[in-house]
Amino acid sequence: MKINVTINGQAHEADVEPRLLLVHLIRDVVGLTGTHVGCETSICGACTVHLNGRAVKSCTVLAVQANGAEVTTIEGLANNGQLHAVQEGFWECHGLQCGYCTPGMIMASCALLKDNPNPSEGEIRHGLEGNLCRCTGYQNIVESVKYAANKLQGA
Amino acid sequence: MSTNQTQIVGQSIQRKEGRDKVTGAMRYVDDLLFPEMWFGATVRSPIARGRIRSIEFTGNLPWHEFTIVTAKDISGQNCTALILDDQPCLADKFVNHAEEPVVLLAHPDKYLLEEARRAVKIDIEPLPALFTMDDALNQTEIIWGDDNVFKTFLVEKGNVDDVWASADFIVEGEYETGAQEQLYIEPNGMIAMANADDGVTVWGSLQCPYYVHKALLKLFGLPPDKVRVIQAATGGGFGGKEEYPSMIAGHAALLAWKAGKPVKLIYDRAEDMAATTKRHPSRTRHRTAVNKDGKLLAMDIEFVIDGGAYATLSSVVLSRGTIHAAGPYACDNVRVRSKAVATNHPPHGAFRGFGAPQSIFALERHLNKVAATVGLRPEELRRRNFLHEGQTTATGQVIREKLDLDGLLTRALELSDYHAKKERFAEHNATNATQKKGIGFATFLHGAGFTGSGERFLESVVGIEATATGNVCILVASTEIGQGTNTILSQIAAEALRLDYEMIELAQPDTANVPNSGPTVASRTCMIVGKLVESAALGLKQTLVQSGLLTDDYSLDEWRQACAIYIAEHGALKSFSKYEAPPNIFWNDETYQGDAYGAYAWAVYVAEVTVNLVTYETRVDDFVALQEVGKVINPVLAAGQIEGGVAQAIGYALYENVVWDNGTMRNNQMTNYIMPTSEDLPPIRVFFEENPYTYGPSGAKGIGELPMDGPAPAILNAIESAIGVRVNCIPLLPETLMKVMNA
Ligand code: FES
Ligand code: FES
Repeated sequence: MKINVTINGQAHEADVEPRLLLVHLIRDVVGLTGTHVGCETSICGACTVHLNGRAVKSCTVLAVQANGAEVTTIEGLANNGQLHAVQEGFWECHGLQCGYCTPGMIMASCALLKDNPNPSEGEIRHGLEGNLCRCTGYQNIVESVKYAANKLQGA
Repeated sequence: MSTNQTQIVGQSIQRKEGRDKVTGAMRYVDDLLFPEMWFGATVRSPIARGRIRSIEFTGNLPWHEFTIVTAKDISGQNCTALILDDQPCLADKFVNHAEEPVVLLAHPDKYLLEEARRAVKIDIEPLPALFTMDDALNQTEIIWGDDNVFKTFLVEKGNVDDVWASADFIVEGEYETGAQEQLYIEPNGMIAMANADDGVTVWGSLQCPYYVHKALLKLFGLPPDKVRVIQAATGGGFGGKEEYPSMIAGHAALLAWKAGKPVKLIYDRAEDMAATTKRHPSRTRHRTAVNKDGKLLAMDIEFVIDGGAYATLSSVVLSRGTIHAAGPYACDNVRVRSKAVATNHPPHGAFRGFGAPQSIFALERHLNKVAATVGLRPEELRRRNFLHEGQTTATGQVIREKLDLDGLLTRALELSDYHAKKERFAEHNATNATQKKGIGFATFLHGAGFTGSGERFLESVVGIEATATGNVCILVASTEIGQGTNTILSQIAAEALRLDYEMIELAQPDTANVPNSGPTVASRTCMIVGKLVESAALGLKQTLVQSGLLTDDYSLDEWRQACAIYIAEHGALKSFSKYEAPPNIFWNDETYQGDAYGAYAWAVYVAEVTVNLVTYETRVDDFVALQEVGKVINPVLAAGQIEGGVAQAIGYALYENVVWDNGTMRNNQMTNYIMPTSEDLPPIRVFFEENPYTYGPSGAKGIGELPMDGPAPAILNAIESAIGVRVNCIPLLPETLMKVMNA
C-alpha cells in the first residue's frame, strides 16, 4: 500500500505491506533508530512517538494507520541542536542510565506536560506508568519531568 | 593559566554519553546496519530433555535460500566456553532444557525467516527431566555428572555441633526465593561478520567483551588476533548480558561464516525471556543457637541454588551466596554448606547481587524469627551481634576498616522514623480491618570485586593514552551499560591528572583496541578498574615528569604542551596499569577461609508497607536506603544505582514471578511478567555514609549490586510487622498471601 507520512517535518512516501508496524516504518524504512523496540506488545513504551501530537506506542500502530499523519520522533524534538526542555531535564537530572527507555520516556513526558503543564509527583508517576525503565527506579525520571515543567513554565 | 584545582571526584557531573541518549543518536546493536546484511533466527527445543531423533524442514518454503547451521557446522569445540565448557553452542543428539538452541537460520528477509523458524520441526524422544532442587538432590534421575551437583562449598568457623546442647534457644527456618528475569529493556542481540581470511568480528549488546572473545576462540578454533569483539551501546545488563551474549555471538558468527554475509541476530522479548538466563532460585535452611541475651552462638546454614541444565556461572554465584549467608554478624561458630544443583531449566545465571540476595533474604528474615523467639526487638538482636573492627566474618576475614553498624542502624531508623511509625501503625492496625501498615528493615553487606582469589587470577589491565592536544583516552574493556562507567572513570582520571572532565574520553570497548580490564560484573568497575585507571593516569604523568617535560605542579597549558612535545619525540604517550592485590589480602580456595573480598559495602534498608486485606496486595509506601560505600565518586549516579537496584528488588519481593511449566517459562512477555512501573514504586530515599577505602580510587568501594540484597527481606519483615503472619518465600504475590492467610 502507498502511504504518505510526515516524519519530523519531512514528507515520506512509502509502499508498505499492510502488516508493517509504524515502528518498523520509522526504524527500517526511514532509518530513524532513536525510537526503540523493547517488547512489541505495547507494554514497555520504548517505541513511544507522537502521532498528530498525541503520544502513541508505535509498535501498536500500523504504518498504514499513519497515512496522512504527522509523526514526531525523538530525533525531531531538538530544534537546530537546541535540546527540548524535556531532553535537557533528562540529561541534567540523570533521568536515564542505559538510555534505552529514554526516547520513549521523553516523548511520553512531552505529551504529559502538554496536557498538564504543572504535574504533581503523583501525576507524573501516573502519566508515565506506560513506560518501563529497568535502570533508574524512576526517581530521577520524575525529577527530570519536574525540571522540564519548571523550565517550560518559566519560558 | 593556573593549575586546574577543581575537585571532580565527589561531584554529580553530567553523564558522558547523556546527549546522545536524549537525542536518539546512540547506536544500540539493532540500530547498526551493514551492506548485504542478513538476519538470523534460532530454532529451539520445545521440551526440557530428550534425544533428538530428526530435524525436518517442512512447509512450502524456499529452503535453498536459507543458510542453515547445526552442530555439525562447528569447526572448533561445540561449547559456549565459560568455566566448565559443558554447555553446547548448539545441541547435538540431546537437549537438556527447553529453549535449548538446536538449529540456526539466516535469510535476507526477516519476515520469511520467522515463517521458516516455525517450520523447522525438531523431533525429540522425551527423557525424564528434573524440575526441583529436591529431585536433583534425591537423584531421581542423573542429568549432570555423577550426582547432579555442579558445586559444593563448606565454610566452617568454630564448631556449631559443640554448641547446640548449651544453647538457650535453637531457632530453625526455611526460606525460598524464585527465579527473576533481568528484564533489561533492550533485548539481547549481536551482529557478526566472519570468514576464513578475516576471522570473526562481532558487535553486540554485552557486558564482558573478553568473555565473548574467549568463547569465540574455542568455537572456531582461531588464534586470538582473528577474533574481535566490539560492544555496541548496551540497553541495560544487570548480569543478564554477562555470559549469554557469548552464545548469541557464537550463533551469529556461525551463520555469518556459512552465509558469507554479515548476520544480525536480535532476540525479541518473548525469546529473550524464555531462553536466556535468570536469577537462580534458592532454598536456605537455618538452624541457629542463641542465648537468652540474644547472642548468636551458632549459625548452621544450608544453601541450595538451582543452576539449570549447565554449569555456566553457578559455581561462582554459589560462592558469593555462600560467603554472604552469615551476613554482617560476629558469631564464633558458623557452618555454611551449599550446593548448586542441576535441573532441566534453562541455565540460571548472573543477575545483580549474584547469589547474595538469596542468602541475605534468608538470613534477614530468619533473624527476625530469632529475635521474636528470644523476646528482643529485631534491631536489638542485631545490635548485640554486629561485626566490629577486629572481629572476623564467617570466612575468618578480620575486619580492618572502621566499621560502625550500630551507628548506621541508628541513623537508618531515624531517617525512616521507624520507632514512631511502629507505634502509629500499631494503633492504625488495631482500628483498621483491611489496611494494615508495617515497617521493617534489613542489615547487610556486599563484597566488592571478584570473590577470593578471583581478582588475582584476572590480572586486569587498564591503559590510558594522551593525544598531542593533551586530551586523554581511557582504554578499558569495562562496558558502559547504564551504570555510569564512562562518567566515573573519566572523573577518576580527570581528578588524578587534574585535567578537565571534558578532556577525558573512553575508547569503545573493542578487543582489538583495549586491554582486558576484566568483566563488567561484581561491583568491580569503580573500585578495581577505577583504581587501575587512577594508577595508569598517574603513570602517564610520571612519564612526563621523568622526561623533564612537566613539574609536579602544572597548568592545563603546561600539560598540553608536555604531551605535544613527548608525542613528537616518542610517537605515543601511553601508560598501562595491572592489578595487584592489596597487601594483607589472603584467600584459601581449599578451605574457603580468608579475605573473601578486598572491601565490603555496608547497609541498612528500611521499608514501609501497606497490606490490603481485601486484595492481598502489598504496596511499599516509603523506602530508606542508607549505605556506607567508601567515597562516593558521583553522588547522583551513585544514588541512581541504589534507586534502580531497590526498584528491581521491590519487583523481586512482590511482583516478579516466573511461571514454570515443565521447564518452560510460560509468562515470557512483559504483559504477564510484571515489573514495577513508576506508579508502583515509592520515592526511594538514598543516603550515604562515607568512609574512604584505602585501596579504592579516591577511597571508593563497589556499589552496583548492594541495593539488590536488602529490600526483599526488609519488605517481608515489614509485612510481618503489618499482619503478624510470617511468610518466607518470594515473590510474595497477592494470591500467595491470600492462600497463606486463609490456610
Ligand atoms: S516496543 Fe512498543 S511498547 Fe514496547
Ligand atoms: S535507562 Fe535503562 S531502561 Fe531506562
